[in-house]
Amino acid sequence: MKGRAVSRNRHLVGWVLASPLSLVLMTFLMAPIVMIVVVSFWGATEWSIYPAFQFDNYEFLLTSDVTYRVFLNTFKYAAITWACTLLIGFTVAYYLAFHIRSLTWQIALFLLCTIPFLTSNIIRMISWIPFLGRNGIANSTLISMGVIDEPLEWLLFSDFSVILAFVHLYTLFMVVPIFNTMMRIDKSLIEAAADGGASGWQTLWHVIVPLTKPGIMIGTIFVVALVMGDFITVRFMSGSQSANVGRMIQNDIGLLQYPSASATAVILLITVLMLIGMMLRFVDIRKEL
Amino acid sequence: MTTISKVRYSRRSMLKAGGAAVAAAALPAPMVWGQETKNITLRQFGTGVSNLNEVALKVKEDLGFNLEMTALDSDSVTQRAATQPDSFDIADIEYWICKKVWPTGNLQAMDTSKIANYDKIVGIFRNGKLLPDSVIAQGTAPHTVGFTSGINGKDFVDEESGFMTLIPTIYNADTLGIRPDLIGRPISNWSELLNPEFKGKASILDISSIGIMDMAMVVESMGEYKYPDKGNMTKEEIDLTLGIFTEAKKNGQFRAFWKSFDESVNLMASGEVVIQSMWSPAITAVRSQGIPCVYQPLEEGYRSWGGGIGLSASLSGMELDAAYEYINWYLSGWVGGFLMRQGYYSAVPETSKNFMSADEWGFWFEGKPAEGDITNPFGQVMEKAGAVRDGGSFYDRMGAVACWNAVMDENQYMVRKWNEFIAA
Repeated sequence: MKGRAVSRNRHLVGWVLASPLSLVLMTFLMAPIVMIVVVSFWGATEWSIYPAFQFDNYEFLLTSDVTYRVFLNTFKYAAITWACTLLIGFTVAYYLAFHIRSLTWQIALFLLCTIPFLTSNIIRMISWIPFLGRNGIANSTLISMGVIDEPLEWLLFSDFSVILAFVHLYTLFMVVPIFNTMMRIDKSLIEAAADGGASGWQTLWHVIVPLTKPGIMIGTIFVVALVMGDFITVRFMSGSQSANVGRMIQNDIGLLQYPSASATAVILLITVLMLIGMMLRFVDIRKEL
Repeated sequence: MTTISKVRYSRRSMLKAGGAAVAAAALPAPMVWGQETKNITLRQFGTGVSNLNEVALKVKEDLGFNLEMTALDSDSVTQRAATQPDSFDIADIEYWICKKVWPTGNLQAMDTSKIANYDKIVGIFRNGKLLPDSVIAQGTAPHTVGFTSGINGKDFVDEESGFMTLIPTIYNADTLGIRPDLIGRPISNWSELLNPEFKGKASILDISSIGIMDMAMVVESMGEYKYPDKGNMTKEEIDLTLGIFTEAKKNGQFRAFWKSFDESVNLMASGEVVIQSMWSPAITAVRSQGIPCVYQPLEEGYRSWGGGIGLSASLSGMELDAAYEYINWYLSGWVGGFLMRQGYYSAVPETSKNFMSADEWGFWFEGKPAEGDITNPFGQVMEKAGAVRDGGSFYDRMGAVACWNAVMDENQYMVRKWNEFIAA
């Protein structure tokens, strides 16, 4: 009898302790998402929205080939940015974790990586524009070095500049989790691999990469979610000439078409959740946390 | 235009302006109910162009009551005027917005017999004709939505009925901006925007309702199609127009599209773009950096826009009297001079003349060479002595309007097609 009372009490305490967080999540995460889903079925005139339950927004969205092209473009940005940030992020983390011997230097260099993040990401992005422009620093330097005769037009307002900005903005989100998991790798495993006659590449591929997978996965989730949801980088760096899903939503909001914006947001949310669900099947990140 | 947050008086400016009002009350006041007006506050909202804090301060000084201003982008302005009639007393909107909002009954007609300077308002806003022999341009010409049948009218009438929907306040003629130093030859047609010579160096604004009009000017200038009414296209015409521009976009004609004023300035000043749609103050901003930039008059004419103030349907009694007082003051010259010295036009130019120097009037209105430096109302030098306004005089510019900003019957279709163009 007594034991059951205590255990019921423990349940109660558990619920009470969890309730502040659940309340916050319900109010600020679940409620807005539910609202977005509800509004996505509403109708809109040119200057108002009215409650309804209709599939018009989804029908228009899913039957327009523009939607597919825009989603494809969004995936393209996400995939290329992911590959670049992974390559750079892994290399930087590897260097910090295995080539820098003293902990003090590791921390110092790691902090150095975060310095650009002390400024706003809009500023970091926009500062590329004068650099890459037709008469910008990049072009004038290349011309004065004699590498090119004519300014390179594709440096700015192109997919190149969009992805460059993405990589610049989001590489740190790869570096941090990968560095974190690498620091936890038992150094004796690497010694064991060397003793067993493995070459440097073999150690990297068969020991380090498998052990850093959770970090890579966390970084991937960050980068993919950020790129899929972005609208401002694409707008500024492509000079409004390319579209991704975020810009589609932004356009709808500007024209007061909230229901159609909500429908697009719901589709985007489902897509990103599916992507992340697939990634989590490959690696159990909870094991690492 | 950018969205500016709500402008309110600080306590200090209230005190200062209040002092001026007391001083004004000691002298013969223009209205009988002088004391009570101090407690009146009129809430005005509109786009950023004419929602200027200087105007509110001057109202307090001259008329004694408070004017509270809110600046929003044109989509929000439309929405608010159409759905929240009690949230404002005075709506400062463009004529094409009026076409959407007036039928909702949220604005009330204004009796022109109470407007002192009504007879001096330029013809564009009365019978549509700048001069007796002028041809009325396409699109939502202001006079077509400027009058209603009676004090409770919800319709639009063609003649001067004595009941106005909006009192005109500000307008201008827009065209293409160019970098003459980088182009190096005369530009005289809208079709030059799609000239392959400027491949990768052209731009157009990414605001569908205005951009489509600029496109129509280009398509017509290229000789591809002659629109019965550029301001009210059919679905086929929208497809045709955007089709031509989508092809140009795919061929790399455009360097970028711009959405905000400062983006257009940066594109032009940096030389990324040499020809693009532009607004008048943006040209000035480029020039003030010492970079040559011309607001090029073109053979096919200008795309024009006009704004006015309307009264909320719920306005009555003393507030309504104050609103009429405000309208009469608005047309009496001070605001007109303030706006004209920034390159816009006033609805009653002759009253504005009293608030401008002879040189300013000559430069901005008559298209004469400036005798001294021309400064804007904030004291910045805009033009050096000897400069002539692009496009010349008021009659040269406003007399060559080819179309007015408009809202189409197929607006929603156009917006969707526009989004496809951007995504193409």
